[in-house]
Amino acid sequence: MLLPEPIQNLIDAFSRLPGVGPKTASRLTFYLLRAPENLAHDLAEALTNLKTGTTYCRTCYNITSAGREECEICSSPTRDASLICVVEEPLDVIALERTGGYQGRYHVLHGALSPIEGIGPEQLKMRELIGRVRSGEVREVILATNPSMEGDYTAAYLRQQLQPLGLRLTRLARGLPVGGDLEYADQGTLLRALSGRQEMSE
Amino acid sequence: MMEQRDKRQRVLKLEGVVLRHSDWGEADRLIWLFTLELGKIRAVAKGVRKIRSRKAGHLEPFTRTSLLLAKGRDILLITQADTLDGFLTLREDLAGTTYASYIVELLDRFTYEEGENRALYRLLVESLRRLADEQDRDLVARYYELRLLDLVGFRPELFRCLGCGEEIQPQDQYFSAAEGGALCPRCGSGASGAQPISKDALKYMRHFQRSSFADAKKARMTTEVQRELENILQYYLTYLLEQRLNTPAFLRRLRQPERLIDLPDGLDQA
Ligand SMILES: [Zn+2]
Ligand SMILES: [Zn+2]
Repeated sequence: MLLPEPIQNLIDAFSRLPGVGPKTASRLTFYLLRAPENLAHDLAEALTNLKTGTTYCRTCYNITSAGREECEICSSPTRDASLICVVEEPLDVIALERTGGYQGRYHVLHGALSPIEGIGPEQLKMRELIGRVRSGEVREVILATNPSMEGDYTAAYLRQQLQPLGLRLTRLARGLPVGGDLEYADQGTLLRALSGRQEMSE
Repeated sequence: MMEQRDKRQRVLKLEGVVLRHSDWGEADRLIWLFTLELGKIRAVAKGVRKIRSRKAGHLEPFTRTSLLLAKGRDILLITQADTLDGFLTLREDLAGTTYASYIVELLDRFTYEEGENRALYRLLVESLRRLADEQDRDLVARYYELRLLDLVGFRPELFRCLGCGEEIQPQDQYFSAAEGGALCPRCGSGASGAQPISKDALKYMRHFQRSSFADAKKARMTTEVQRELENILQYYLTYLLEQRLNTPAFLRRLRQPERLIDLPDGLDQA
């Protein structure tokens, strides 16, 4: 049976989202079809505002509301401007903010380097980071890219660039996941956990 | 009878090197591997993007790993992975990762999901090991390129002129990607696309083509000849692939560390 065009269009649109297959797409579409009017209406409005209502912070390149030049973190006087935490994605900022334990600022690269995929420094906000560090009062840069080949590569790349500037460079500690068994850990993780061991003091 | 055989083949135990990966679904990854038993394959690893995943560390690019796979309806699923060789020193420096990426990209571009090629698998593993041991990495890469060309069916002809069939003499010659090898000065000088190749570069190319790595290692190439060889091989490989490779740009950046990230004018002098 051929579906009416508006239904097929929405199914197609949902299917283009990551992690959504054709079955889920159909289920969501028919759910919306039967749901109260305002649910679909609110969703449509939220989707339109997603693009028109947001922009990038001109300092850290995190996402912020349209009309603002700087995000809330960059414009807050209580956040330490001498400390920058470099992350791959805006979602990483949210994860770190949820800890409530960080008082510095951020820099969002919007990805990680990948030689094989051809993702080079010019496709990321790297140059912007160097410029920011050079022109400012930065004392420490925390490299918080993912603990993956691409994340490590990006961190090593930045280290090479930032080291001559004479500031403190740190990388997020890597260790064993909480709740995991030693026997399942890969050798890289074990070695790093060993070299990063800590004194047991109270 | 058929039933039973299906059941037996539903689980595979393989050894392979991780080539690359891409995100798949919410927390999964699609992983390309080159395996000893089946050549290049694609398989899904569930949940490896979660920070607590047990498999993730065993499925990072360049890792040689022992795998258990389950055959799904239309995709292979990785149920277990255990590192055989993590080549960890490669991961610790920029150059190591970049050269390993180059080795892996070449193999990835020259192979399809077409079944086993054990000699190629061995070449891949040996080359990663050599890079990890920090031998002369350019030499490792040149040797790898020439042996890879052999094993994927593009061995360049370096002993007879591809124009007139005469034996190639020890003197400056031409190299033609379109012909797939050397041309004598008479045939090469007019041929379109043919590039001059020095006597020394040709000598090392022939040497690598016929020698074990242990013998190839004894070669003492000057930087000049090594660059020439690199350029000729790059020209040949790009011609065969009909597209540019991604990693050579990263290798070039390594040689100019001050230009790893090009800064806009003005900031450079700051
Ligand atoms: Zn900001
Ligand atoms: Zn000839």
